Amino acid sequence: MDGTLMPQADIAPLVEIEDLTVRFTSREATVSAVNGVSFSVKPGEVLCILGESGSGKSVTLRAMMRLLPEKRTTITGRITIAGQDVLGLNARDLRALRGGLVSMIFQEPMTALDPVYTVGEQIIETLRKHRNMSREGARARALDLFELVKIPSPERRLDSYPHELSGGLRQRAMIAMALSCGPRLLLADEPTTALDATVQIQVLILLRRLQRELGMGTIFVTHDLGVASEIADRIAVMYAGRIVEEGPVADILANPRHPYTQGLMASTVHGQHRDADIQAIPGSPPDLRRMPAGCSFGPRCPTSQPRCREAFPPISHPSADRMVRCFREGEEAKASF
Amino acid sequence: MSGVFQSAAMAPLEDRGGAAQPLLIARDLVRHFKVKGVGLGEEAAVRAVDGVSFSLFKGETLGVVGESGCGKSTLARLVMHLIQLGSGELIFDGEGVGAPDGVSVDDLRRQVQMVFQDSASSLNPRMPIRDSVAFGPYVHGKSKEESRRIAREMLGRVGLNPDLFGPRYPHELSGGQKQRVNIARALAISPRMVILDEAVSALDKSVEAQVLNLLRELRRSFNLTYLFISHDLNVVQYISDRVLVMYLGQVVELGPVDDIFSRPLHPYTRALLGSRSSMDPANRIEEPPITGDPPSPIDPPSGCRFRTRCPHAEAVCELTMPRLGQWLNRDSHVAACHMHEPGSGHTLAVGNA
Repeated sequence: MDGTLMPQADIAPLVEIEDLTVRFTSREATVSAVNGVSFSVKPGEVLCILGESGSGKSVTLRAMMRLLPEKRTTITGRITIAGQDVLGLNARDLRALRGGLVSMIFQEPMTALDPVYTVGEQIIETLRKHRNMSREGARARALDLFELVKIPSPERRLDSYPHELSGGLRQRAMIAMALSCGPRLLLADEPTTALDATVQIQVLILLRRLQRELGMGTIFVTHDLGVASEIADRIAVMYAGRIVEEGPVADILANPRHPYTQGLMASTVHGQHRDADIQAIPGSPPDLRRMPAGCSFGPRCPTSQPRCREAFPPISHPSADRMVRCFREGEEAKASF
Repeated sequence: MSGVFQSAAMAPLEDRGGAAQPLLIARDLVRHFKVKGVGLGEEAAVRAVDGVSFSLFKGETLGVVGESGCGKSTLARLVMHLIQLGSGELIFDGEGVGAPDGVSVDDLRRQVQMVFQDSASSLNPRMPIRDSVAFGPYVHGKSKEESRRIAREMLGRVGLNPDLFGPRYPHELSGGQKQRVNIARALAISPRMVILDEAVSALDKSVEAQVLNLLRELRRSFNLTYLFISHDLNVVQYISDRVLVMYLGQVVELGPVDDIFSRPLHPYTRALLGSRSSMDPANRIEEPPITGDPPSPIDPPSGCRFRTRCPHAEAVCELTMPRLGQWLNRDSHVAACHMHEPGSGHTLAVGNA
């Protein structure tokens, strides 16, 4: 079943998202969290979804695992992971997908791990459930995983409860659990954001090494340009539930095309001269209950024109592997931040 | 009322000590918190702040950096007297805080204000924001009308139209707008010093930049002194004149911002700086500068507290606690490390050729 799709591409994509929309409905309002997102990830590739709070980056990730509350959420579009139509899966197949094919790691390991079981028991349970392993076999594998994620004195740490571990070790334990069943796709939701600077870089380097060694496709959600520049192959920039720009990480950082990406880079504090103001983007992101017509970045954009208020800009490709959604793409006299 | 200050806001208290007198001197501040728990002795305590000394000069921004648990927020609360000092001394503009012939805690709080990280929980959810801002001047003796006038002016100063935003409640504002309100409230009683405890950390990057610009502008026009606490080294580098680096309740390095960032002395400062992304995918960090997590402040390592993670640790580091050298003025650059103390016994100590 795997690998039979997409005969025209050199490698079949591991993930294909087509026109994904996610709406949350309540009595008061409908929140349009994701508004027509399409992207694909090849096996072994790291895609960073970069965006600020409320941009829909985490919701996109959760929709891929179908972790959103079903009653209050309307999802449309297509999510295909290794040939499986995720939105059409029944409960049993969904469990198999979540445990085996796709794994997820979260920002807060303290809330993602069960506080009343040791971290070892949690990994052993996962392995016994999804891999039908014996208790002894599962423990040996858990020990291997702890060594893989470089937890010091792994034998002793397996019998620790989450609260007995430091923040960095908890995050490593969660990564070990996520890798336990050999996923082909790893979904990472800001996994280093809550960590201290010296610990964050350790975990980031670890994830990069594991991802390379195990050949996992990875979707890494972050708000931090620095983190993206350390781990991404490609970057997709999200704003108000839409991808406004996508391309290889080095190209995007060296030559951002969309005014939002340009503004985001200018407003990120990184070695600016202290005597000058930082180039901030004026205003704040739109209210997702009342999205503006046309380009969602229009109200904050320094190059906005009347046509920007009429429709969301179409896709344009400044080069073969870049995508940007701005009316002014290709025009010479682009004002910039 | 001061002649320079021609606005509706409260007049700032006068500068008593003169320009050369540091606005704040902290001497050997200590605060331990007792903890109970399985396996912990009777005397177990979190040594949150353990002998911190520094001077804050008038008109400067002193950045305080360190990882979680290093005591930087406890330090801020000690300065505000929001928690009691275990021991040590605070001198505000030449006068002892709480001393019989010094400045009272109430007077201190009239001159020092604080902005917290969580913009929502530091505003009263049942009060329109103009009332939150007016509350400070009112409590400090202004009439109701005068307080409202001050609130209107301060909201304008932080970029919020008082007619539009004044009547709103905190939940009707974005995070960046709420933080602007908190800044307006802090400035409404015309303090001389503002403590910013991770004040921009919870904001999105595009909004963070706006608030940083605002803070710089306000510092200039109100002649403020900032104690700027943050875990973000890039932000601290941008906004600070001097930087204080903390590790497990102690100061490990203190100096002018350019010296700290271009010639860091302490191995911990070097590790912190080395953990920053270069923002260049062609030039990624291949090896982490240091391994492991910071140890628990409940039972910190003997001698130098950084020795358990330090690549240069030797026997002397376990036996004696390095002292932060003497700083004399704004240009002094000092570090608490045996390698920078002649004759300390460390093989790499300066002077040991």
